[in-house]
Order: sequence, then C-alpha cells, then structure tokens
Amino acid sequence: MSMHFTKDHEWISVEGDVGTIGITDYAQEQLGDVVFVELPEVGKTVAIGEEAGVVESVKAASEIYAPVSGEVVEVNQALADEPAKVNEAPEGAGWFVKIKLSDTSQLDALMDADAYKAYVASVS
Amino acid sequence: MTDDTSSSDLLKTPLHDRHVALDGRMVPFAGYAMPVQYARGIIAEHKWTRENAGLFDVSHMGQAWLVGSDFAATAAALETLVPGDIAGLKPGAIRYTQFLTDEGGIIDDLMVTRPADPALDGRLFLIVNASRKDVDYAHMRARLPGTVTLEPIEDRALMALQGPKAEGVMARHCGAAVDLAFMAACDATLDGIPCHISRSGYTGEDGFEISVPADKAGAMWDTFLAASEVEPIGLGARDTLRLEAGLCLYGHDIDETTSPVEAALTWSIGKRRRAEGGFPGYERIRRELADGPSRRRVGVRPDGRAPAREGTEIAVGDATVGKITSGGFGPSVGGPVAMGYIETAHAAVDTEVVLTVRGRAEAARVAAMPFVPHRYKR
Repeated sequence: MSMHFTKDHEWISVEGDVGTIGITDYAQEQLGDVVFVELPEVGKTVAIGEEAGVVESVKAASEIYAPVSGEVVEVNQALADEPAKVNEAPEGAGWFVKIKLSDTSQLDALMDADAYKAYVASVS
Repeated sequence: MTDDTSSSDLLKTPLHDRHVALDGRMVPFAGYAMPVQYARGIIAEHKWTRENAGLFDVSHMGQAWLVGSDFAATAAALETLVPGDIAGLKPGAIRYTQFLTDEGGIIDDLMVTRPADPALDGRLFLIVNASRKDVDYAHMRARLPGTVTLEPIEDRALMALQGPKAEGVMARHCGAAVDLAFMAACDATLDGIPCHISRSGYTGEDGFEISVPADKAGAMWDTFLAASEVEPIGLGARDTLRLEAGLCLYGHDIDETTSPVEAALTWSIGKRRRAEGGFPGYERIRRELADGPSRRRVGVRPDGRAPAREGTEIAVGDATVGKITSGGFGPSVGGPVAMGYIETAHAAVDTEVVLTVRGRAEAARVAAMPFVPHRYKR
C-alpha cells in the first residue's frame, strides 16, 4: 500500500488498482468544521483533476478533485450522517471515495508523504 | 481552501494582539484583520455562546457621536435620514434603524442611542457597520444641517458579551449594567474603567455591548475571559448566530436595492414616521406598506442536509422566484438554514420551493424566522 498527495491537499492510498481518496489533515484544519459532504455516484468515471465530490464547512464549499483517472467503485456513505468524521479522521474513517485506477502510472506525478510535508510547510 | 493571508495594510483593532495570542485565525474583513475563529472552531464557539457566554471583538464597527444643540434638534436632524422614531427615544434607549437612499434602498443599518446622562443632551451615539462607515459618514456630512455635527469616535474599542451567562458575568463587574433591559444603555464603570454599556447584541441571545477606551480594552477583555463561563468567539460564529436569529447582514441580506419593508424590517419604522414620512425613500415605503412589496425577505429551510449558500436561486415549479442572500449550517438547528428574497406570492411559511445547489434541485420550504428563538431580556 502506498500513500500519495496532491497540491490540492487530497491523499490517495492505493491497494492493487483501487485507490481510496480523502483530504489531508492540513486540509480539514484549514476548512474548519465540516458539515456536509457531497459524493459522486458509484460507476461514474472521473478524469484527473475533475470534481470527485464537494466538502462543505460552516463557511464555504470546496471541491475535491480526483488525483487520478478512474471509475468510482465505492463512496463513504457514513459521511452523509457524520460529516464531522472528515475533521476527526481525515486520513482514515473520513475518506470520501474509492476509485479503480485506469492508469496506475498517474501516481508517479503525485507527492509522497515527505514531499507533501515539505509542500505544506512552504504554503503555510 | 480558504485564504488566510492577512496583508500588512489591514487595520488592527485594539485587541489584535489578544487574538493572535489566542491563536485566532485572522482574516481580512471590511479592511480589518479579524479573527474568524479560535482553536475550538466555529461550531463549538457558536454552541458555547448559546449555552454560556461568548466574547466578541466588534471594534471594527463605527462608533460616532451626532452632536446638536439639544436632543430635539439632533433627533430631528437624524430623522431626515432614517425612518426610525428617533424623537421618541427616552433617555438611555436604543433604536435600530437604517440610512436610506432617496429611492428607499438601505445604505446601512445602525443602532442609535440617546444617552441616559442629561449632561449629554443633544448627543446621539451611533454604531454603524465597519464596511459602510466611510459611506455613512460622507452621507451624513453631506445631508445634515450645519448645526449638527458628526464626530467619529476613533479611540474606543467595542466588545460584545453574549449568551445566557453574560448577565451573571457582568453582575460581578458592573451591577448597573445588569439592571438594563433589552435595547437600553447606560454609562458605567466596569472594574474602575469608564465605559458605555448597552443591553444589545446581534446573536439572538441576551447580552451586552461595551464601548471602552481603546487603551483599556485589553484589560477588560482579559477580565471577561478570566471567567469560566466566557470563551472568545470569532466572526464565523457571529455569522451563524445572527443567521439563526434571523438578523440581516449588510451587503448580503440588505443593500441599496432592498427597502426596509422588503427586508421585513417594517417593525423598525415608527408609527408616526409611517404616517408623516419626512425621510428618504418615503414614497416607496409608503407604497410598499399600503400595497405590499413585490418581494420579501423570508427564512428558507432545505429539507436535505446540503447548505444553500448566498446566490442560490429559489424556484417554484419552473419559475425562478427568488434568491438566497445568506445561508449555511446552523449549529444550534443542527442543519442548513438560509434567508433570501422571494416574490410575495410565494412568501407564505411552508411554501414548497426548489433550490438549485450546484446544478442539483434540492427541496426546501419557506420557514418562519428566527430559526432559534430570541432570548432577549425584556
């Protein structure tokens, strides 16, 4: 299993050809209290950088972008009743969608944990 | 992601260092660096205020004196600009009113206090919105008679202590303030600091607003925060509190296109003023009072959980009949709440409407406001 990060503060954790996607701890901290999460339909195909959901904090709505292309195979239904899971466990129980990757080589363009940590330090 | 960069040309309130020390997340607001939230977050701050007492820095708002020869003269001058019954103010009483354009649109909303102290006869104390103070001051200077002068107050801070436990906290520092009823004010000393205290606020809760010399503001802030019932509250929770309380935010729910009648602020126009007029935009307001306005501000409750933000279109059937002007998540309600303008034919409570949220139709209904009952001290 490997974990990759985007400059938009999403993470993707890949097992085989299925990636689990969420937002990073830094992102949830910046957003503040999450009150609503809009998730895509299972079966939808998304391209890199396309909207794969919307996360709403008290103050505003923010898009979640697909870090890779693929087909949505599962969404985290628990977030419908407990959107605050995104704040409590952004890189665990607060995941958003699972995507079957169409091209695993797209992961090469993403940051690893150390690179992301350095990136966050540079923008915050 | 939100942009938290605060540029160096932002103004700072006298309490700025306190906010930074408390890890307040500082954001630009109306030209000031202001805390949108502290570490606990907006929902916790909101609920704390409803259950305990929240302390807000509102020093960015404009405080000013209007000074004339006596109360009658100053009140008469202000009445040429606003529809509120100013002449009828008793000493120590506060009125909510609006500056109006000649077309009856709202330039700003404001609080007007007639000082209780007879030595201040001829003075009215005004509090206006931060984002509008320059516009308001220019408007007043251009329109007021030469015998009445505007004196902006630059050396005072303003803080609000709001919530059911505010009275108990205040009782330990200033007994005179506790005797005030809602929308009344007095001059008092709080732990030896001379200040102006009013029983008012913008959260729907009981509470106080305290105007204090800028150099004493930090000490007073620390005094309040030392109480176990008090937590600092940022602008984010101030916004959710006032939204649940059904209170207008200038630039969103009211502006120069909306009249007080459309905005459901008719209650703030005195009976005498409705009959006599003598304020800008009277023709429109008289007409809207007689015939009903073509649109009005209403509460809107989405059936689902998706918040409806400002700008969301309101439809009935295929027809667009209005627009959301403030909307989001109400922490005390536990779900989305909004307000907006809707054509009067569809403004009745419980009318089913459709909101277009990110291209998706979301069912909602017109709702009575406030969403959370007011708990003012009557």
